Amino acid sequence: MGLFACATAGFGLRVKVELQHIHKHFGPVHANNDVSLTVEAGTIHGLLGENGAGKSTLVKILSGFITRDSGAIILDGQPVHIQSPADALRYGIGMLHQDPLDFPPLTVVENFMAGSPATPMLLNPQAAERDFRRWCAQFNFDIDPHAQVGDLTVGERQQLEIVRLLANGIGTLVLDEPTTGISASQKALLFQTLRKLADEGKSIIFVSHKLEDVEALCDCVTVMRRGQVVGDLDLRPLRAHAQESTDQQLNITARIVEMMFGRALAMPTKPSTCQDEVMLSVKGLVLRTDRLELHIDHLALHRGEVIGIAGLEGSGQQLFLTACAGLEAPAAGSIYIAGQNLTHRPYTDFLRAGVCYVPADRLREGLIAGLTIQDHVALRTANGAIFIDRAAVRAEAERAIATFNIRGRPDTRVERLSGGNQQRTQLALLPAPLNVLIMEHPTRGLDIESTLWVWQQLIARCQQGTAILFASSDLDEIMQYSDRVIVFSGGRVSPAIPVTELNVDLLGQMIGGRF
Amino acid sequence: MNSTVPSQTVPPALERLPPLAYRGGALIIALLLIGLIVVISGASPFEVIGRMFSGAVSTPDQIGRVVATLSPLLLCAAGLVYTFNAGLYNLGVEGQVTFGAIATTFALRLLYPEEATASILPPPLTIALGILVGALGGMLWGLLAGVLHVYGRISEIFAGLGLNFAATGMAIYLIFGPWKRPGVASLSGTQPFDESLWLGTFGQTEATPVGLGLALLALAVTIVVMRNTHFGLRLRAVGKNPYAAHVLGVPARRQLLSAFLVCGVFAGLAGAIQVVGVFHRLIPSISSNLGFLGLLVVMLVNFDPLWVLPVAIFFSALNVGGLQLPLSLGLESSLSGVIQGLLVLFALIGRGLAQRYAG
Amino acid sequence: MDSTQLLIILATAIATATPLIFACLGETLTERAGVINLSAEGTVMLGAMVGFVVAKTTENVWLGFAGAAIVGVLVALVVAFGAITLRQSQIAIGFVLALLCSDLSSYLGNPYVRIPGPTVPPAFPIPILEAIPVLGPLFFRQGDVLVYASYALIAGMWFYFYRTRAGLTLRAIGEQPAAAFVRGHNVIGLRYAYTLIGGALMGIAGAAFSLDFKAGWSHRHTAGYGWIALAIVIFGGWNPLRVAFGAYLFGVLQSLASVAQSSIQDVPTQVFTVAPFILMILVLVLTSAGWLDRLLSYLPVNARRTLARTLRTSPPAALGRPFEQD
Repeated sequence: MGLFACATAGFGLRVKVELQHIHKHFGPVHANNDVSLTVEAGTIHGLLGENGAGKSTLVKILSGFITRDSGAIILDGQPVHIQSPADALRYGIGMLHQDPLDFPPLTVVENFMAGSPATPMLLNPQAAERDFRRWCAQFNFDIDPHAQVGDLTVGERQQLEIVRLLANGIGTLVLDEPTTGISASQKALLFQTLRKLADEGKSIIFVSHKLEDVEALCDCVTVMRRGQVVGDLDLRPLRAHAQESTDQQLNITARIVEMMFGRALAMPTKPSTCQDEVMLSVKGLVLRTDRLELHIDHLALHRGEVIGIAGLEGSGQQLFLTACAGLEAPAAGSIYIAGQNLTHRPYTDFLRAGVCYVPADRLREGLIAGLTIQDHVALRTANGAIFIDRAAVRAEAERAIATFNIRGRPDTRVERLSGGNQQRTQLALLPAPLNVLIMEHPTRGLDIESTLWVWQQLIARCQQGTAILFASSDLDEIMQYSDRVIVFSGGRVSPAIPVTELNVDLLGQMIGGRF
Repeated sequence: MNSTVPSQTVPPALERLPPLAYRGGALIIALLLIGLIVVISGASPFEVIGRMFSGAVSTPDQIGRVVATLSPLLLCAAGLVYTFNAGLYNLGVEGQVTFGAIATTFALRLLYPEEATASILPPPLTIALGILVGALGGMLWGLLAGVLHVYGRISEIFAGLGLNFAATGMAIYLIFGPWKRPGVASLSGTQPFDESLWLGTFGQTEATPVGLGLALLALAVTIVVMRNTHFGLRLRAVGKNPYAAHVLGVPARRQLLSAFLVCGVFAGLAGAIQVVGVFHRLIPSISSNLGFLGLLVVMLVNFDPLWVLPVAIFFSALNVGGLQLPLSLGLESSLSGVIQGLLVLFALIGRGLAQRYAG
Repeated sequence: MDSTQLLIILATAIATATPLIFACLGETLTERAGVINLSAEGTVMLGAMVGFVVAKTTENVWLGFAGAAIVGVLVALVVAFGAITLRQSQIAIGFVLALLCSDLSSYLGNPYVRIPGPTVPPAFPIPILEAIPVLGPLFFRQGDVLVYASYALIAGMWFYFYRTRAGLTLRAIGEQPAAAFVRGHNVIGLRYAYTLIGGALMGIAGAAFSLDFKAGWSHRHTAGYGWIALAIVIFGGWNPLRVAFGAYLFGVLQSLASVAQSSIQDVPTQVFTVAPFILMILVLVLTSAGWLDRLLSYLPVNARRTLARTLRTSPPAALGRPFEQD
């Protein structure tokens, strides 16, 4: 009980939240590079940026989930030490995580009571339920207190978490990508709730990649890119003017897009290698997880063609790619590879049909830590033999190392390779010839030289007839190497647009959800 | 992080040492604890070591006993190399040994009924068939655990433990029921087989060439398979990262079931050897806990088959040497189990410390 | 068999199952926090030995129990350190300890084999409760203070789990330690605490054998009971009441076995130790393969909910997985 005396006394309401010169490294990655953010009391402050921009890191530092390397957190002019979520709660800071952090097998009321200092030692579920219903009524939330949390929708779990945090007296609410996976009506209710809370004096930080949401809801916006703040914008005066004309409205969008993605995009450089034969065809595809539902009416990938998938991570690209690779079964619809209907067939059939999948999470999904490069080559080139032909495998591994410029030896364990070299290894393991190559973030973590070289290789494959489907968060890469581009945003898929018809504004808006 | 978290259980000065320091330090602590335990029980550690050593290597009889223990232990350990590398904790190995022994006894009783005076087939053939059936029995029991794990999605640990109890229960039922000795059923087992069905031994010792030969062959095959075949490589791939292995085209389910199958065969062979080579009948504790000991051996060598032989010899010698203790020093022979357990425990702890804190 | 005989059998079963109750509930506590203590077999045996030796040496039964509890804590400390701090395989460490502690109990307990020792003094029937028809004589005319203690433990643990804030925290930690962490709980410290307490209870279970229900000490005195306790925890779905039910069920099976011994020719009671494991595997198969869910989906929503909660057999979601705090 004593913990929260502070919250209501000093830090409950009307708190100005400042983060100053925050630095955070994850190994060699400088996730937050001198980031400063100021949130005035009673405002909704949007934090925009693509994945890897550093927004999640920043708010996790604020909420105590991770610790900063250097920099200060200042509440109402007083510097505070936040080293753990318990500390953050003491200062009235609560966070709504992107993936619900709650207890699925417990009931709603039990979740509400868990972790709350106001809960008495002897549980009083009736009192808690009354409390809960009262809070829900304030915001028009409709949640059954006796339901199991695991049965609730994502939106309802969010609502439960918001109510729980508020009941615990928090004054600063951070929401990390809250509108992914909730229905339109739930979103409207959420926005209403946040507005109300802000009007009451709470400080709200709204982390998102969705332009339209941020524009509609936030009072101020900070845009981050590659670990740094690239701009701040106060939307309130702009909004007042925007009511006068739609041009002004588009202007706001344009300014934000420019901050997020930069001024100009790279020019398409891919030579034309498309043929007529359709290698991958998708019809009426419906993919479902507990977070989102994806509908793709029609997509055809031709021999020698490259289709780039743009869009911020979490919008369903990975789901789509794994479905095309045969690793995920669709809820409905069909997938054809080189004319064969392979829907619901086992993964080995896809492999045999000449489909190959290269995941982004190299060590967890694409390579096996503990095995060497040579081992991976052997796994790939087994061909039904019983004994491993060491000489042949070693020669093959050396050839791959030379061709793909991998900094390592055949007996180097893959986890000892740098990220870039792991990617080269994954590419070296691809069989040739290949019908369809499906890749997730093919050049993530690679320097420019490696990126150029990788795409040289890939285009050479296109010339030999391989079709490539890849997802990337690097718009330059998408522009330079795709024939056509599709954009995923929050479960929706745009039609495939030839790259020559794209420019930064159009692309940025589509990524922000407008298409 | 959280200031109340005991992640600082290791004082800062002990962090960032080379891995060998942790492993060596753990070993030293293990040895000190062994010494301490011996002292508590009222004996001198040096005398104990001396007795155990001489109890294992002094006479041909004793060496024969070591070899007789080694053969089934090696078979179990060799089999467990497959399951451990596939990422499984096959605690059901004991049951696989027991069921193999039951199968062998069944076959032998079939081929040499109690009333008969000679076996239906020539004795060597009978013995060979008995051993084969034992291997098949172990394979069946192993496959059962595998199916429960892969398709029933039950933890292989509890499926294995349950099947251990089931196999032992079956053995006890048979010993006291259908297969009981004429006259009085007793814990000393079924009616011993006629001497023609006993495996030949090295001289007057307990060791059997067939048993030792099978064991060494099994280990050799295992070393070759794990190092030089695609099957072994695929097992290791599945054990280290099942999802990535799947993406790279390795059939995970098939690999797991194969591992259970092979381990079951080897364990069944161990059970068969226990019946035709050591006890010459079925007794309730036919596995002599060698399955579990095999688990300890493979854990100590970190699943590497090359080191299995020396460790298995050492553990077998400990077991036999320990038998001297009651006679000469009035101590209990389970000291050998204490030593084995402490060595493995501190090997695990040392490994853990090195992984977590080594510089 | 008439009703008084039946009652006697059941009463004996309850008494026999009592040491098991301590072990099972101790492991339930540990596993609910997310840690598997696979060393149960060894801890119980070592607790039995130490409890006996201490009680004999000090001529005080209760000091024996204290000694057994301390042993349980020490073994659990090794498990906790290996599992929580070093993040090694809980299975490996627990299994090695199971074998090690069993052998250790044999070795150090050797001088005390088949020597008579102190036992728990007899207790009294509980006045009012014993008058309840049928159940009264069964549960409350036990002459044993440990049996009454086990009742208190069952009730207490149930109350703790479902009616107190600390119990709610415990359940939270085993389900989603990350969520408990963001609510400000000290996940690692609590996991240590519950593992140690569970270990203490397991040690006490061992002493309950050697100082009461199977008085004395011999080699492999409590063989098999530790493994059975682990199985019963799973069978009981990590719920104290159901776990206790499972333990009593086992006791009844054992009790019936000795009665049936005369009718089924010469089959020893050891065969009946198989039953809990077979039951457990069946239960696990039913639920893991999703059949139970499919069965339940035919029922109306309300019935389904309460039934699912009572029959629930999925382990605490984070069981066996190390918690990383960064």
